[in-house]
Amino acid sequence: MTEGTAGRYVGARVHRLEDPRLLTGRGSYIDDQAVPGMLHAAFVRSPVARGSVSSVDVAAALAMPGVAAVFTMDDFRDIYQPTFSTIIGRGAPTTPLRPLADGDVRFAGDPIAIVIAESRYLAEDAAEAVDVELEPLPPVLDIATGLSTEILVHPETGSNLAAAIYAPADDEHAFGSAAHVVTETVAQHRYVAVPMEGRGLVASWEAGRGELTIWAATQAPHEMRSYCARMLGLPEHRVRVVMGDVGGGFGQKMFVTREEMAVVLASYLLGRPVRWIEDRSENLMVGGHARQEQATVSIATDGDGHLLAARVLHLENVGSYSVPGTGSVGGGVAAFFPGPYRLPLLSFTNRAVYTNTCGRCAYRGPWLFETVAREQMMDIVARAVGTDPLSLRRLNVITDDDLPYTSATGVRYDRISPAKTLEQAAELIGYEAFRREQPAARADGRYLGIGLSLYVEPIQTRGPLGSEGAIIRIDPTGEITLIMGTASHGQSLETTMAQIVADVLGCRPDSIAFIQGDTAVAPWGPGTGGSKSAVIAAGAAQLAAERMRDKMLRVAGYVLEVSADDLELSGGRIQVKGDPEARLSFGQLAEAAYLNPAALPADIEPGLLVSARSVAPAMVLANACHACTVEVDMHTGVVTILRYVVSEDCGPMINPMVVEGQIAGGVAQGIGGVLFEHMIYDGDGNPLTTTFMDYLLPTACEIPDVEYGHVVTPADTPGGYKGVGEGGAIGSPPAVINAVADALAPLGARITGTPLGPSQVLAAIAAGALGS
Amino acid sequence: MAEHHLEVTVNGQAVTAMVEPRLTLADFLRDRLRLTGTHLGCEHGVCGACTVLADGAAIRSCLVFAIQMQGSAVTTVEGLTPREGGLSDVQEAFRAEHGLQCGFCTPGFVVSVTAFLADHPDPTLAQVREALSGNLCRCTGYQGIVRAVQAAARARQETGRD
Repeated sequence: MTEGTAGRYVGARVHRLEDPRLLTGRGSYIDDQAVPGMLHAAFVRSPVARGSVSSVDVAAALAMPGVAAVFTMDDFRDIYQPTFSTIIGRGAPTTPLRPLADGDVRFAGDPIAIVIAESRYLAEDAAEAVDVELEPLPPVLDIATGLSTEILVHPETGSNLAAAIYAPADDEHAFGSAAHVVTETVAQHRYVAVPMEGRGLVASWEAGRGELTIWAATQAPHEMRSYCARMLGLPEHRVRVVMGDVGGGFGQKMFVTREEMAVVLASYLLGRPVRWIEDRSENLMVGGHARQEQATVSIATDGDGHLLAARVLHLENVGSYSVPGTGSVGGGVAAFFPGPYRLPLLSFTNRAVYTNTCGRCAYRGPWLFETVAREQMMDIVARAVGTDPLSLRRLNVITDDDLPYTSATGVRYDRISPAKTLEQAAELIGYEAFRREQPAARADGRYLGIGLSLYVEPIQTRGPLGSEGAIIRIDPTGEITLIMGTASHGQSLETTMAQIVADVLGCRPDSIAFIQGDTAVAPWGPGTGGSKSAVIAAGAAQLAAERMRDKMLRVAGYVLEVSADDLELSGGRIQVKGDPEARLSFGQLAEAAYLNPAALPADIEPGLLVSARSVAPAMVLANACHACTVEVDMHTGVVTILRYVVSEDCGPMINPMVVEGQIAGGVAQGIGGVLFEHMIYDGDGNPLTTTFMDYLLPTACEIPDVEYGHVVTPADTPGGYKGVGEGGAIGSPPAVINAVADALAPLGARITGTPLGPSQVLAAIAAGALGS
Repeated sequence: MAEHHLEVTVNGQAVTAMVEPRLTLADFLRDRLRLTGTHLGCEHGVCGACTVLADGAAIRSCLVFAIQMQGSAVTTVEGLTPREGGLSDVQEAFRAEHGLQCGFCTPGFVVSVTAFLADHPDPTLAQVREALSGNLCRCTGYQGIVRAVQAAARARQETGRD
């Protein structure tokens, strides 16, 4: 904790209030939750990608010791009401979700039955004894097949086309008159969120009280409440969702998933608490996948390299049971494809395709393929035009003089600084010097490369995501409680929100108790994700704190018989300006507010309780530039990252330590995604990477020191804050890809996507040698 | 399944219990002793979140059975905190350097680092990274964790503690 009793905490590297409990093993995660009488669930899952199920015989399993029930979809049919994710809305296109398989299976891992027993050990024993009669059928696994075959992933949808966009531009002249037209297809492979804690919940239906309580590892407790209330036809205030500490989410825990539905339904049928803790193999196999996309991009430029127009055909593999909606992110990819550049025209076509693979879920910057594709194209275009990638970006980047600027897709840009972050990143990484040294290294047989990635990031505040609530309560003892609708699960909101309130109330952050994630007491919130907390949560905390300060000053003014204007809050006290002897502690003030209400004047309501809701501006944009250097080993194909720089503009920083931590975490996920992580299916649709022995996360040996530059352009929000949660994951993949491509360009090796493990790198080198 | 008599010392306290042979040490600690600071991140010995000390050596409690600890002394993250409260120097360094975000992997790192620094009081950066590579973190990009290990080692040298 920063020392000092009061003062300005916002902007300081305040140590986290979350840490003491988490460091000492006293956190409270879902697997630590023990409810009396609780039963344990395990799932019986499909061993094939597609098949028809003729029978599920549960008799042998039911007869095993400690088994309370085995449920299939037949058991849920009368109580399960299909519903929708709030952000998608009622009636919007959505995957035909169902808690358990119903007559057929649609991907390897598809849950067929849920076994409930006295312990997880016994539940897994019994799951082995469930006899499923299943006829395997040929699956649809890739985009091309999905668009051409008669086989349907979801027969009830009538098509494998989950979503589509056709948005042409009048670009014939631009392409016809262009000095250069560069076309390339870039692909991104399937990689996944992998929070260190998987999904999990305990659901408890108490029929006597008519109440459903769910303790869950979730990013969005209120969404889980709404969804489960709709699913069971319960009044929403009869459903309570409580989150404790949550071991990461990265989007995967944002929306209610099928296993969670099944556990809730099982508890409803049994009238007992039921717990399910996802194991790692389940998390990798069925926890929700991401990122598998490709785009064929044509870019037209004039002779100098000024961008004239772009045409994009974007294809997505959204798997089978995606959340939310259809799982397509085409709209976001289209809207932000122009990114930080003056691109006058964009033609955009999208097809999202269902396949017999695990469905897609949200994952940190779900729409990031716009940056991944565009930033690779900028380097490819630069090589085609015969200019340097930095020069091409300088030529086209949106500068202060261009703002406000409306993009080709109608996004209004303002209060951003892409040109400044580009220059700062280039300066920090020593771009020009690297370019001078690179040929000499090559002469020594060392293949070094440098990669840039520049992007503008929309903070996700659209629709229901645009508002957060805060309640501040000061009890008769003078102790402060901040209650929010947030669901912080690593983002450090317990600390940063307390910093904001502490500055307004003139007290220490660690004097504020923070309550979140309990729908019984917290104001409604849209969940923590989408980089929006610094906008909407900080806004709500700031507004509530200001209201509390005003109320405190009114009460204190009455007690001290001075005008509220002559008072100040500092050091945990209210005092008369210039007369520190005339003062009240928060405890004395609270006593006056609560314990002698008749003594207060009629125009001052007793008590110290306020609430506030923030509302986000129409569009809040953050931006950043990533730059990295790599060395590629010609013999092994191994890529080593030498330096990694991020110049970020997230507005004023509430806590720079937290900002840099968020950036670094995202960068590590992008580096992992490009170089190590790959969720692989075989030709029959069997997942091959379902342990950490096969799905390789980067370790401390692979992630370099991340160096930071900060540009500060305030947003039109309380405090000027923007968001920073997703940016690291958005900017990093193309920075790494471009650096590898830059290193190998002299060999004629073309890099057009990921993954870039040793085998892919060696193959690219070999193909380059053949080409030349 | 037949149960066996287990005698083990956990965080300095003698514990006796009847356990099935297949009960893992992690589940024994978490479910029977309610020492829930030991976390399960993969249950196949890669992520390191379940790391505990067995007679001073860091082991993965998901990969051993409780009965294998017969007669041993086990220390969990709960046992590393000073008796008078507060944080150990390793824990304090993690806090100062922002070596954790969601905190799920953290107990495993704290236990691993505690064992590592006991054997390597003056580690090089390469040794630190190598030592940490047996534990996975998905939030921090390891930035604050690497700094925390270096800071804790430095602080011990400055205070003469080992």
